[in-house]
Amino acid sequence: MSQSNASSMNLTMYRVATWLKSPKPYLMIIGFAFLLLFWYFSVEIWQLPRFQDMPGPTEVFSEWFSKDPYYGLSIYTPEYYKHILISLRRIGFAFLLATALGVPLGLFLGWSKTLREFIFPLFEVFRPIPVLAWVPLAIIMFSGSETPVIFLTFLASFFATTLNTMLGVDSIDESYSRAAYCLGASRWQTFWHVVVPGAMPFIFTGLQISIGVAWFSLVAGEMVSGQYGLGYLINTAYMMIEYPKIIIGMITLGVIGYSTSAMVRVAGDYMMQWRVRELALGDN
Amino acid sequence: MGVMETKMNQLATKGAIKINDVVKIYDPDGAAVMAVDHCSIDIPAGEICMIVGPSGCGKTTLLNAIAGFHGITSGEIHLDGELLCGPGKPQAEPGSDRIVVFQNGALFPWKTNLENICFGPMMAGKLTKEEILEKARSMMADAGLAGTENSYPGEVSSGLRRRVEIVRALMNDPKVLLFDEPYRALDSLTKSVMHEALLEIYYKNKVTIFFITHDLEEAIFLGHRLIIMSSRPCKPKKIVDVDIPHPRDYSVLTSTRFREIMNEAKGVVNEEARKAFAAGEKEG
Amino acid sequence: MRLVRRKGNREMKSNKLKNYIPGRATFRGVVAIVIFVVLWEVGSRSEELMGYRWPFIGLVPAPSGVFVSWGGLIGDPSYWSSWYMSFMRVFGGFIAAMLVGIPLGLFMAVNKTFYGMAFPSFEILRPIPPLAWVPASIIFWPTQELSIAFVTFLGAFYTIVINVLGGARSINRQYLQAAQSMGASQWDMFKRIILPATLPSIVVGSAVGMGITWEVVVAAEMISGGGSSGGGAGGGLGFFIWASYVGGSYEQIIVGMISIGIAGYISSELLRQMGGFLTPWLKTR
Repeated sequence: MSQSNASSMNLTMYRVATWLKSPKPYLMIIGFAFLLLFWYFSVEIWQLPRFQDMPGPTEVFSEWFSKDPYYGLSIYTPEYYKHILISLRRIGFAFLLATALGVPLGLFLGWSKTLREFIFPLFEVFRPIPVLAWVPLAIIMFSGSETPVIFLTFLASFFATTLNTMLGVDSIDESYSRAAYCLGASRWQTFWHVVVPGAMPFIFTGLQISIGVAWFSLVAGEMVSGQYGLGYLINTAYMMIEYPKIIIGMITLGVIGYSTSAMVRVAGDYMMQWRVRELALGDN
Repeated sequence: MGVMETKMNQLATKGAIKINDVVKIYDPDGAAVMAVDHCSIDIPAGEICMIVGPSGCGKTTLLNAIAGFHGITSGEIHLDGELLCGPGKPQAEPGSDRIVVFQNGALFPWKTNLENICFGPMMAGKLTKEEILEKARSMMADAGLAGTENSYPGEVSSGLRRRVEIVRALMNDPKVLLFDEPYRALDSLTKSVMHEALLEIYYKNKVTIFFITHDLEEAIFLGHRLIIMSSRPCKPKKIVDVDIPHPRDYSVLTSTRFREIMNEAKGVVNEEARKAFAAGEKEG
Repeated sequence: MRLVRRKGNREMKSNKLKNYIPGRATFRGVVAIVIFVVLWEVGSRSEELMGYRWPFIGLVPAPSGVFVSWGGLIGDPSYWSSWYMSFMRVFGGFIAAMLVGIPLGLFMAVNKTFYGMAFPSFEILRPIPPLAWVPASIIFWPTQELSIAFVTFLGAFYTIVINVLGGARSINRQYLQAAQSMGASQWDMFKRIILPATLPSIVVGSAVGMGITWEVVVAAEMISGGGSSGGGAGGGLGFFIWASYVGGSYEQIIVGMISIGIAGYISSELLRQMGGFLTPWLKTR
């Protein structure tokens, strides 16, 4: 009856093995190949009308991996990593701040009806305003070119996190808090032992959305103002007519964006062992 | 172990519930749905009182009133002479003297079984951690739960979960255990095991049990008395004394007396069930 | 989740104050908003009122100025044409995303081979923010309008597909089995079970997608109208905000922001109503 770590490890190995034996990985490769080939053919071989100005895969990949790139950007140039790190630094800061403020706010909004009645309408007035509409205002309010970008990223992330956390609290079955009261817990104890852990799954889903939204805003912010960073890279590459760099930037964004999301998900799985095990074993 | 032995030899002296002319009307200025209609029940200390009735008739409302989750519109409820709710105090405060075992279970999925069981005393803070752990382990062993301490509720079977929930309640020395159709979702084989387990636990800890069910067989097997409720609004329609002596085991199910009591009760229950069906009641 | 612990009389009292309660919640919301506006007014005028300028807020135009500016704009046709342009773009991109996304999502849900091929590629492309596609889009599409439309389309597309997939895959298999045992054909099952059962997810996906669409439209309008590709054939509310900033009429920036917020809210409401119309069974829950 008691599950140990060893058996959930076995479970994972079993799953990986089954996956490899199924058609899934091969279909996946076919899908990627199809995409790449389409790109390759349409730009370089057939030279379809619209695609003419686009850089093709050979150009992009040879540039990306060359030791002496024509446009000065490849995995061997330090500049490439500088852009990546600067974007990461901005995202890290904004996201963590948004989480530190948004999760507690969301928890309290979900928990206290009074607070919700006061604060939520105000929140909902601001939420529909697209984050980018704040750009001019942010530039006016904050000096420098770094702060507005981080502010925008923070804002987007903050709204998503707070809302999802609040919904997470809402979604907790009433029975849990009732049980806690029955067992003699005070309001605060119930908040800490029931509401916070109970909302966790929703909170982490919200955090994954939040980080996606953060990247979205960061790229936009970097395109409009700010120096360095992947958004900036793409924008200047366009203006300087260094098209392969655009694609390199895009792909890098995709990979890094995906990785950060995955990191959040893994962190969530780690913190919610109970859920992972529950889901792995299916319905009882 | 001393705790267990003294309990076995004691007659229950606490946990007498007196429900006096209770009325509950939901939404009095709106739809004015009467759920409980002048209900009066006297439950002596240590009795297993089975409340039987058709779906949606208001039995859960009564349970919620005793537990303190809802208020009552008029009437009084006393526990051992003290007022739980009544005029001037329409809603009782939830407390560890009356603990509920919920229909779909309310074990905290994010805590291990042991952590769940220790929850009440930990929140109260009157015993040291070692004392709590020792008590928990011995109670778990008594209930046949040894070995499952570090599993999460999501990893074990529902039957086991129910037992954990009952032990969790008992850790707080409650006067009353309130059961809200706890075995409804279990298959009948597991159910019979659960019944015997519950009785075993009861013999060791003489608490008052207020048990809601629609399963007549379960009611007669477990209870000292059956209170058959009418369909909504609920009111005791017939009281059946189950004079089969305790301790009982499964052989009771095939005894003649059991059959006689079944016949006595069945007619009334079916009549009310048909009324509820015709009225299109949605089950609780 | 509701608080359970109450001090004795509150439930009794609330029965008597029953008529006041819906008002109480709105009242509180309004109070908070009013306090906010007052603080904003004081903060932005802090320099003249107190001789000391509050950080951040001190630089922001005051609500009173915004209000006056807005009053002036209501009579200005170019203001309303900005609304129109943005709305057109949003709905255009959104409808395109639905037309492509819903069938794609459904097909992926129904056909496992196609799913195996298409989904990983889809997931690889998804993390690339739609705005990162702007330059590539401008290079590719002949007109600026089309490039904005493409990026808008992308924004909503991903969300819709994910939601359709999620909805289709969570259909209770027993519904399908029940239909089969009653003799339904493949097409019947699709039309009568899979499609309606996925509708709620489509509606939810649309609501979220709508929000993203607005973000992308505004961003694209600002970037292409005010940034790199120079010269604003753009128009639209995003461009309006940017132009106001460049032109130095800061009150108008805020007018623009609030306008977009309202526009976004209107479109979400419209969607919600339509969604309610298409899925009446959800209302009975």
